Formats: sequence, C-alpha cells, structure tokens
Amino acid sequence: MVVTLKNIFHSLLFLILCFFSIAGIYVLLSAEFVAAVQVLIYVGAITVLLIFAIMLTAQLYSPSIRQSNEQVIPGLLVVGALLVVTLSVLGRTSWRISTQGIEGQSTVSIGKALLTTYVLPFEVVSLVLLAALIGAIIIARKE
Amino acid sequence: MLPYSWLIPFFPILSFILIIFFTIKKPKLSSLVSIGAVSLSFVFSFIVLITVLSNPVTSEFKINWLDLPGFKVEAGMLIDPLTAVMLMVVTIVSMLVQIYSVGYMAGDPRFSRYFSFLSLFTFSMLGLVLANNFFEIFIFWELVGLTSYLLIGFWFEKKSASDAGKKAFITTRTGDLAFLVGIFLLTTTVGTLNFQEAFHQVESGAISATLLTLSAILIFGGAVGKSAQFPLHVWLPDAMEGPTPVSALIHAATMVAAGVYLVARLMSIYTLSVPASLVVAIIGAFTAFLAASIGLVQNDIKRVLAYSTISQLGYMIMALGLGGYTAGTFHLMTHASFKALLFLGAGSVIHAVHTNDIWEMGGLYPKMKTTALTFIIGSLSLAGIFPLSGFWSKDEILLLALNKYPIFMLVGLAVAFMTAFYMFRLCFVTFYGKPKDQQKFEHAHESPKVMTVPLVVLAFLSIFAGWVGIPWLSKGYSSFVYHHEVHHLEPNFILMIVATLVALSGIYLAYLMYYKGSISPEKLKNKCSFIYKILYNKYYFDELYNAIIIKPLFKLADFLYKKFDLGVIDWLVNAVGDFIVFLSWLKERFDTLIVDGAVNGLGYVVRGTGAGMRKVQTGQLQNYAFIIFFGIVLIILLKLF
Amino acid sequence: MLNLYHYLALSAILFCIGIFGVLTRRNAIGILMSIELLFNAVNINFVAFARFINPQEITGQVFTIFVITIAAAEAAVGLAIIILIYRQHKGVEVDRVNIMKW
Repeated sequence: MVVTLKNIFHSLLFLILCFFSIAGIYVLLSAEFVAAVQVLIYVGAITVLLIFAIMLTAQLYSPSIRQSNEQVIPGLLVVGALLVVTLSVLGRTSWRISTQGIEGQSTVSIGKALLTTYVLPFEVVSLVLLAALIGAIIIARKE
Repeated sequence: MLPYSWLIPFFPILSFILIIFFTIKKPKLSSLVSIGAVSLSFVFSFIVLITVLSNPVTSEFKINWLDLPGFKVEAGMLIDPLTAVMLMVVTIVSMLVQIYSVGYMAGDPRFSRYFSFLSLFTFSMLGLVLANNFFEIFIFWELVGLTSYLLIGFWFEKKSASDAGKKAFITTRTGDLAFLVGIFLLTTTVGTLNFQEAFHQVESGAISATLLTLSAILIFGGAVGKSAQFPLHVWLPDAMEGPTPVSALIHAATMVAAGVYLVARLMSIYTLSVPASLVVAIIGAFTAFLAASIGLVQNDIKRVLAYSTISQLGYMIMALGLGGYTAGTFHLMTHASFKALLFLGAGSVIHAVHTNDIWEMGGLYPKMKTTALTFIIGSLSLAGIFPLSGFWSKDEILLLALNKYPIFMLVGLAVAFMTAFYMFRLCFVTFYGKPKDQQKFEHAHESPKVMTVPLVVLAFLSIFAGWVGIPWLSKGYSSFVYHHEVHHLEPNFILMIVATLVALSGIYLAYLMYYKGSISPEKLKNKCSFIYKILYNKYYFDELYNAIIIKPLFKLADFLYKKFDLGVIDWLVNAVGDFIVFLSWLKERFDTLIVDGAVNGLGYVVRGTGAGMRKVQTGQLQNYAFIIFFGIVLIILLKLF
Repeated sequence: MLNLYHYLALSAILFCIGIFGVLTRRNAIGILMSIELLFNAVNINFVAFARFINPQEITGQVFTIFVITIAAAEAAVGLAIIILIYRQHKGVEVDRVNIMKW
C-alpha cells in the first residue's frame, strides 16, 4: 500500500499502520523497550515530519500525476528475484537456534548495555543526531 | 734530339690552354703567347729538319697507350724526311699567318679566342703529321676538322659564316666516314694499327688485292673530303667566309694538304694497288680541271683563290696517283708558300677596300705597292713561270705524267693554261686599270708592317723554296724525299718549254682581255652564255647536293621529329607525367577516403559511443539506484550458481 | 508457533517491498517512506536474531535503537532537502531532478 498508492497522504497513513504493526511484532519478540521506542519515535516524530513535509509540498492532490515511474516492471523483476534468492538462502541456512528465553527485563539489559559496552556508539549517535538536525535546519532555511 | 719532337705539337696546345684559361681577356698577351709557341715549334722543327737531313733514316718513337688482348693502341711519332718537310711547312706558314693576324684581326672582340683556335689548329696539324699509327692520325684528323670548323665559322654572327662552318664539317665528315671504314678494313686484315707494321704486312702480301684496293679507295675518301676533291669539294669555296688569314692557313697550306699528306704517307699501299692509284689520279685530274674552269669566271677574289686551291690540290693528288711521291709532296711545299702568300695578299687588299668583289677594285697598284708586287710574284709562281718555285714543282708533275700516262699531262697543261689566265685576270682587274669604285679607291691604303712583312717573306719563299727541287741538283729534294728508292726523272726540255709557253699564253690572254681590252669579256660572255652560266654557278653542284641529299634529309628529319620525337617520346613523357598525376590523384583519394576516413571514423566512433554512453547518465536517481540494486542481485545470483 | 524463519521471511518481504518503492515512486516523499520501510525491516531482523540466536546477548535490540535514531536523523535531513527541491522546481517529482545528466 505504502508504495503504490497514488495519493501520497493515503500511503502515509498506511505507513503509520505499518509502524504500529511492527511495534506489535517487537512485543511478540520480547522486545518491549524497542517497541516503545518505535512507537515513540517513528510514529510520533517521523510521521509528524512526513505529514508536515507532505503538506508543505502540496501538489499531492492532482490526479494527473503518475505516481510510479517507468521502472516498475524491471523493478518488479529484480525485486522478485531478490526475494526469491533471499528466501531460499534463509531456508537453507541452518540457524543455531537457542531455546532459552530472554532473561529478565529487556529494558534493564538494554540500559546496561548502552552505558557499558556500547557507550561510544551511543555518544556518537547523539552527536550525529545533533549534527543532522542542525544541518536540516540550515538547509531548509529561507534566505 | 728526335725523341723530343713531341715538344713540337706541345707548345701550341700549351698556348691554347694558357690562352683559354689565363689570357682570354688580354688580346695582346694572347697573340704573343700564341706566336711565341709556334715560333718555338718552328725552331724545333728546324732542328728536326737538320737532324734528318744529316741522317735520313726513318725513326719511330712510341709508347703503348692501350694494351688489350687483340687491340693494341700506341701513341707515337714517326719521323722521316716527309715528316720533317711537313713540320717546316706547317710551322712556317702558321707563324707567318699568326703574325699577319695581329694586324688583320686588330679590334675584333674575340681576338684572344681567335689565337687560341689558331694554336689548337697548329697543334692538331703537327700531331697529324707526326702520327705513327692509324688511330692517332685519325684522332688528329678529326681534331683538324673540328678546329677548322671553329675557325671558318669564327664570325658566327653572320649566318653565311656559321653555315659555311657547318658545311665544311659535314662534308669532310662524309669523307671521314669512308676513311674510317677503310681503316677498319685494312687494320683488321693486317692486324695492326701501326704504319710501319702495316706496310710491312701489306708488302709481304698479307692482304688480298681486292681488299687492299677497297680499303685504299675508302681511305682516299678521307683525303677527298679534307682536300676538297670532287665530289666533296663544295665546302671549300664557302669556307672563304672565315677570316682571310684562316683561309691562308687552312686552305692554302695545311689542312687541305692533310689529304695529300695522307696519301703520301700511305704510298706503300697505293703503289701496290693499281686500281686504287688510278682512281686517285683520275679524281685528282678531274678535280683540277673542274675547279680551274669554275675559277675562270668568279668575281670574288677569295673564291678565285679557293678554286685555285682545289685545282692545285687536284694536281698533287694526280701526281701521287701516278706514283709521284717526290713530285706530289714537292708541289705541296711550294704551293703552301705561294698560296699562303696569295691569300694573305688578298686579305691585305680586302682590308684596304673592304670588299671582296674584284669589280669594285681596280688601279690599286700605286696605293699598295708591296701587296701588289708580292701578289704578282705569287701569281707568277702559281702559273709556273721559270725560274720561280712553282715552275719546278709543276714541271716535275708534268714530267711524271708524261712518263706514265700522257693523257694526264695534257690535262695538266690545260689546267696550267687556265690557272695562268684566271690568276692574271685577278691581277689586272684588281691592281691595274681604272678604279671601278671611286669611294673605295680613295679609302684604300697599304696595310701595316705586321701584315706586309709576312707577305715579303712568303714571296721570298715562293721564288726560292722550289730551287731545292731543280732536277740538276745532285742532292736536291728528290734525294731527300722519296719512296723506296730515289729515282731521278730525266728532265725533258721540250716539256719545260711547252709548259712555259702554255702559261705565258694564258697570261697574254688575260692581258688582252683585261688590260688592253682588245678582247671584250662581255662579248665573250654573251657568246658562250650557256657555258658561262654553268661555270659561274659552279656546275650547279651545290644545288644538286641540296636537292638530292639535303632536302630529303631534312624531310626525313622532319618526319622523324613529328612521328618519333613528338609522337613517341613526347607521348611517353606526357604519359609518364599523366601517370604520375594519376598516381597522385589515387593517393589523394586514398588519403581522403581511407586515411582521413579512418581518422574521422575514429572520431565518429568515439563520439557515437560517447553519445550512446552518456545516455546512462540520466540524472535520475532512481535509475542509478536501480542499477546498483540490480548489480547486487546479479552478483548474488552469480555467487549462488 | 512462530519461529525465526517466519520473522526473517517477514523481514525479507518487507525489505523487498521497500526497495520496490524506492525504485518506483515518483514522489520524493514516497521514496523517503519506502526507505523507512527498509529500516523497519532491518530492525525486525535484528530483534529476531537477538531473540532467537542468543538471548543472553541483547546486542540486537541495542542496535535496533541505534538504527531508529539514525533513521530519524536521516529522515529529517532528507525532508529538508526535499523542501529545497520543492522550492526550486515547485514540485517533488524526482524525474525533474536531472541536471546531473549529459
């Protein structure tokens, strides 16, 4: 849906639906914290961003504009091929599956990990975020 | 001393080289060089003469020049009494002529070159006389021909002069052709080029009679050309276009004598072949008569002398043909002196009145006594009046003829009559009577010393040089110059008297016609107008040759030129040119089409490829993304399979 | 029972859909949305692995947090750029952004 609808706003709404579904999947996978973060950030921030953007670039309603370009068929082919390949690989690989469950609360573990083993990436990512946002503001400034 | 005789021709050739390379711009110096050289030659010739006189044997000096198997060529000298005499004649006359020329040719723009040619000619003639083998004599023979061409056509700006030079060269060349063939025949049969050896061979019978006769006649052909005998006599009168001293040197004394010398030198051959000798004698006699008859009616002073020369040469040839080695060469010697005198004298007259036509002269005696007197002395000698040189030599010949075949003597007497007549016709008309052209007469003056002194010297020789041949001398010319053995002919007084009378009557007739005027030349001319016409026009020989030989030759040359030169050669050259143009056109096409094509094509290909290739750069991000993705998928697929 | 394969398959399908969208959508924002899909697919992958391969290690989830963060940053910048493009061309079709061509 997301990728095919003509009306971009509608596809955005389907995207929101996607996000929520994925959050649910995370919960299924005993990743509560991630689910929460997903909802918070994706649905909250990014979706709002996209809505604003769509509003600002406002020719979304004209029906005469073709939404998909000429690469559809080749794109389909290639993607299909990829899909087939990936799935087959997945199928053949013997994954080492552990049968244990997650110990304790995932949130606590994540917190621990973030501030010990992964403290450097943590900091860096913060900086990246900062830079990106400042950059975005600067780029989009009106002269 | 004799081995140094090569110096005799050496001095003149040295003079030629010096003048051409160094003194060509200094006329006075050139003449000095030339005269100096020939004087030295004269001195040496004199020494040779004395040496040979005291020891009259034949000496030969030679070196091998070319030695191929079967073909041996020497360079050498043959010195015998005949050679000695000839050397003297050539050097004396050449020397006197050169001195005379200083005066005659004064002011001529090509003065130095004239003297260089004279030196070259002297060299050629001396070399010819000294030659000891057929090869050498032929070389000098041709050289003489060449230098005479140069000298006759000296004033080449005048068309008649250059034509005369050409005519002389071509006519003598025709004779030379026969000469060459004769040499080949003879030398290949006897196997040697050397004179002495050849004579030896011939005398011991190494050659068949017919072959001998044939080669003798052919060789005589050369003499016919050079000595202007019938039928190759036509060049000599025209050769009068050259300067008069040249006429004196070449046509009186030396070059024309070369033919006589040749026959004399090869006397061994001619005495052994009766038919050949007869041919020689007949041609000689015939020519003598023919030329004398033409000389009767000519109006140009030099032409008369020219025909006289031809006639006298005929006398000499006739003598040699009759076996008169002594007589023929004796006459050559005396003739040289008085004919040279006559020519130089004529030159003096021409120099004074600036015309050759005797009818524009007249009464010149008081104005130029020396010239006139010497001229008359020369005429008397030529006519054969006792006791001048000419008398003795002519008498020898007549005596010889009487003893061999009297008919030749009769011809000789007739010629003597005519000779006397025409010479004194000349004298009377030129020096006596009333001047025909007053202006020219006023202008006339005696020539400078440098011209008259040679005249006097020659006059002296004309009187006394012949005395060496007086038959009663115990040791005269005939004891010195002889062939095989001395034979004294018994002098026949009756003959002497008859000859003298004949000559005197000739003079008397001329006197009557031209001095006294008792017999009018005009009336005689009209009465025998037919004969007169033929004689005046030289028996129409020139016209005959022109029609038979020259015109067809020109036609042939023209035809060949059109067909061959233009048609073939020019066509060939043009074709080659066209072909090359074609080749270059091809090359140009090649260049344009292929080479340029390749280069341009390369450019097109690159451009096209580029144009095609850059379509990839669509600028569309999604295209790029697609391609990347596609590539990844491809790699994965490849990896899997 | 849901096991790993299912989750991985889901992730793969989602990934492919995302790529299809990237290659196909004309609207720039649409492309961005497809990219978000891609991120999410990847996240599912990480979490699934974290859950099934080695539950002691919580690395997968940590990584997922990072990915989300970066995705957010990238979405912000991308949208800023799209705003600019909009200003330039008065439209957001990526077809129009083709001055880097021949």
